[in-house]
Order: sequence, then structure tokens, then C-alpha cells
Amino acid sequence: MKHTERTAATVHDGRTPGHTGPAGTGAPAIEAHDLVKTYPVKGRPQGVRALAGLSLSVAPGTVFGLLGPNGAGKSTTVKILTTLAAADSGTARVAGHDVTRDPARVRRAIGVVAQRSGADPAATARENLILTGHLFGLRGREPGRRADHLLDRFGLTEAAHRPVRTYSGGMQRRLDVALGLVHHPEVLFLDEPTTGLDPEARADMWEEIGRLAGEGLSILLTTHYLDEADRLAARLAIVDHGRVVAEGAPEQLKSRLHGDAVHVDLLDPAGPEVREALARVPGIREITVEARAVHARADHGAAAVPEVLAALDHVGARVGAVTVARPSLDDVYLRHAGRRFDATNPAEAGGDAAPVEDAEVADASDTREGETR
Amino acid sequence: MTTATTATGTTRVPSPPSVPILRETITHTWYMTARQFRVFLRQPVYLVITLIQPVIWLFLFGQLFRDIAELPGFGAGTYLDYLIPGVVVMNAVSANMWAGMGILEEIERGTLNRFLVTPLRRSALVNANVVAQGCSTAFQSLVMVGLGKLAGAHYPGGFAGVLVLIVVASVLGTVFGAFSNAVGMVARERETVIALNTFLLLPLTFMSSAFMPPSRMPDWMREVARFNPLDWALTATRSAMRADPDWALVAERGAALVGLAAFAVWLSMRTFRAYRKSV
Repeated sequence: MKHTERTAATVHDGRTPGHTGPAGTGAPAIEAHDLVKTYPVKGRPQGVRALAGLSLSVAPGTVFGLLGPNGAGKSTTVKILTTLAAADSGTARVAGHDVTRDPARVRRAIGVVAQRSGADPAATARENLILTGHLFGLRGREPGRRADHLLDRFGLTEAAHRPVRTYSGGMQRRLDVALGLVHHPEVLFLDEPTTGLDPEARADMWEEIGRLAGEGLSILLTTHYLDEADRLAARLAIVDHGRVVAEGAPEQLKSRLHGDAVHVDLLDPAGPEVREALARVPGIREITVEARAVHARADHGAAAVPEVLAALDHVGARVGAVTVARPSLDDVYLRHAGRRFDATNPAEAGGDAAPVEDAEVADASDTREGETR
Repeated sequence: MTTATTATGTTRVPSPPSVPILRETITHTWYMTARQFRVFLRQPVYLVITLIQPVIWLFLFGQLFRDIAELPGFGAGTYLDYLIPGVVVMNAVSANMWAGMGILEEIERGTLNRFLVTPLRRSALVNANVVAQGCSTAFQSLVMVGLGKLAGAHYPGGFAGVLVLIVVASVLGTVFGAFSNAVGMVARERETVIALNTFLLLPLTFMSSAFMPPSRMPDWMREVARFNPLDWALTATRSAMRADPDWALVAERGAALVGLAAFAVWLSMRTFRAYRKSV
């Protein structure tokens, strides 16, 4: 497998510290091969298959996104890789250790931020951190020092002595991440770290994940937010029905689609010569011509624009505007899972799916207005 | 979140083989027990309720059944003398049989999973429950013995008798606490724990010598009581608390209880493996 070694740091708008981590060892941080897991369910003798042969490989020092709707198998994968659950078949190695044969070593090498917090609500943040330090074998004043350091880093120093149950969702989530970092793990698992957070807390969390990636941690991030995966992950796998249906860097996945959409607005109604002219441009296909609008697809939309303009100019068509739209991960998901991403997620209707739909509706109405004018 | 210091520093966690398993189990048990006590002490309401409940048992039953001691064949002493071991043992059962609810809450909150992905020794998790519950039961029992003394109860067996009462109550509490944990882990439903407890508590209590001496029981009930761990506990403590204890009987019933407790704890640990399959 060819890992496009785009370091995680480059996908965060340059907001992360510039240096990349010690990614040089080459051995994958996580390697899962053909994982199968079936849960017993009452009334269904064959059970429910959560994983149906899932494989993935995460290069050290990168953020790997596991993207898919609820029930796709993301959390089951995390549970197996973090030694919580046992796979029915298949193998997995995390930080070089086999999860089945050597779970104790895996546990020392990983930090886990699960979907449900797990912090003790009656205890303070500092007590939660110190207990975790003790469990990882820190002794003497080390747990307290480590706790204070993490509290400071995650902006929780002021709240350090308050019971966790008084925390806001964002604070609690930051503590969860801090709890996963107490023992300097090599690999960090983030299972839907921003689900249920308000936009501001989400932005904070994204920034923090970017920072961690910049420090050389290998991170497996599961999410059902397309924008989150797009923004944070150097590589991602789209999971559907318990297997990986597509894998690659977000840009790769998108460019594997039929290409960008190219829209041209003409000043005069188009004649048949317009279509013929465009058909001669290499890489342009799926051409549809309406009265004063032309739609087409191109492998690399931006690169095709000059040639499209030249071809139109050649046949005397006057151009008002040209727009190129990059395919979104939503398009990728549609292609590989056979349905639109947000439609698979009715439970999340109130969440991030809504703005996407709104945007599409808005686009459509714009077009209609354009036609009637 | 302004300080951008590194998460991956130079200090390394000690590698696993350097720490002997037994020592690690003991230190982990200590940390997890301390955690439970901290939570317990920080919820004053909970603390007050755990103390009020036995007091209510004591005085409710003490008043209601006062005249029973005058029945022929009851034996010597006041009913309060007779009642105290009964209430202590019943309290040990009723307080500990809800342990399964606690483990369910930890599962739902994600706390159990968070601990299971750390090097925490699985046995320490169960041990901490046993130690914390045992201490809490011992404390409640001690309070009841003290209140009984204030109300005029006699303890002819002296310190040794009271000590046996408290230790036996804690061991019996461990039996029911560990079984309850196992049920919670396997059933994964509060309803199952609630139904089982509601179903079990009264029959177990009344088919024992908690409130009525075996000599006044119907024959069949006396037979059933012989298989009832509550009755083992009561037989042992009542004997130890007499002026002339039958130590062989105390040891025999005590050993049976310890054996049962060990089995319950073993079962409770086994359920962690079952949990791993269902998680």
C-alpha cells in the first residue's frame, strides 16, 4: 500500500505547529486485517454482523479518519483495536502489538477517548487524571505533576477542583482527551470526539486534534461528520455495513469521482455548435446544454477552464461566468455507499446534516430564479 | 488552551514486566477502593440514608415484634437482644444486593470501558467493590450495634461476639454484592436486578432465624432455612454473641459463608469475560 505521506499537520490551515512527529519508523501505527464481529441478538439466530471483513492501515504520525453513519461499524472497530472487544476473526496490531495476544502492551501504548465520557462525575478533573496516572504506574509526585500540566494545557486549571458533573459539554470532552493523554500514548483513539458539542467547542476540539497530530501522535478518528473528516484526516476510510468501501486521502477520494462540475453561463442562447465545441475539449464529458447555461464534468475543473473558454470563444459564444465546484465527500459517500450521507442519518437531522440540505435547496432555488429571469 | 506544550514528552511509563502482578493488583485495588470511598463521602445524602435505613429497621421491627419474646420457647433475653443480629444481617443483604445497579451505571456512563482500556488489573476492579462494600457494611453494622446498646440491648458474648457479627455481616454482604454484580454484568438491565432483589429479599429474610427462632418455625421452613446463607450468618453470630459460644458451630457456618463469598467473587470476575463478548 502506498501511503501518500501528506503529514497531518498540512490539513489544518497551517494552524498547527509546523514540525511533524517521529513518523519515520515506517511500521503502521494501526494495522487491522479482515476483522469480523457478530453480536448476538435475541430473536435473530445468526446475530447482527457489525464488521464484515474490515481492514485498514494507519501510518505513524498521521490522523486517519473512519467515516460512516451510525451503525456502520466504526465504534466496533475502535472497541476491537483498543482491546475492549474480541473480534470473531481477523487480526489487528496496534503500536506493533497484537490486540488478542498482547492486550496488556496495547493498553499501555494507547489513549482512548470513547463516545461516552467515562470520567467519574463525582470526582474532580484533577482526581480523575491522578487516578489514571496511578493506573498507568506513575508514582510519587509524577501523577499530580502530569495532571496539572494537562489541566493547564486543556484550559481546565480553574475548574480543576470542581466535580466533573458541573462541567459543560466542551469542558468534559477536553477532560476526556486529557485523560487519554496522561501516559504519553503512541496511538490515540478519538471516537466521535465532537458529537453533541456546540460549534465553538467543536472548533476548539478540532484545533486541539490538529495540535496533537502536529506533535507526532498517531490518531484514529471516527466521525459521522464529513467536514470533520475532510478537515482533520490525512487519510480516511469510508465504512459502510461493516467494511471499508473506499480509502485514501480526502482529495484522492474526491478526485476519483467523475471529476469537478463545470458550469458556464452564456450571454446568448446556445446553438448546437457550443456542444460540439466542448465535446472536442479533452477531459470534458457529460455535457448538458440549456438555453444559456452549460453543465459539464471535468477531471480537473480548474485546469479545464482555459480550454473550455478557448473552445467557446472559437465558436463565438460569449461567456458571462464560469464556476467550478469541487466534489465533496458527500459525493464520494454517495458514490461508494450508494446513498447520500445525510439521508442515512435521520437521527442526526437536527445536527450538521441540516445546513448541508439547506445549502442544496438554496442552490436549486437560485438556479430556478436564473432560468425564469 | 493556549499553552502548546507537547503531549508526547520524554517521561515514559514503566514497562509491564517490571511490576510484579500481585503488587500491581494490590496497589490498583487500593486506588480503586479509595475512589469509591471518595465518591461515597462526597455525597452526604447517600451517607445519611445508609445510616438512617438500619435505624428504621431496628426500631420498626423492635417496636412491632416486641412481644414475641414472651412467646413460650423463645429463649432468654429481650427481643431487642434477639433482633440486633437479625437486622444487621438483613441490612447487609439489602444494602449489598443493589451493587449490580452500580456496575450498570458505570457501564452506561462509559466508566467501566475507560478502565478496561487501561492496564488496570481486572481483579482489582472486583476487589475494590468487595473491599468498599465490606467496609460500608461493617460501618453500618457497627452503628446498629451501638444504637442497640443505647436502646438497652445486651451483648453477653462481649467484644468477640460483636466482632464475629460484623465480620460475618460483611462476608454475607460480599456474597450478595458479588452475585448482584454478576447479574448486572450478564443481564445488563436494571429491571433484572430490581426484579431479582424484590423477589429474593423478603423470602430470604423470613425463611431464616432473623426475626423468629427456628424452634417457632413450621417444619418445612426450618428445613429450607438450613440452605439459606442468611441463616448460616445468623446461626454463627447468635452463637458467638451468647455468653457460652459454640465456636465449632461458628467456624463451620463461617467457613461455609467464606466459601460462598469466594465463589460469588470468582463468578463476578468471570462475567468480565462475558462482558468482553457482548461489548
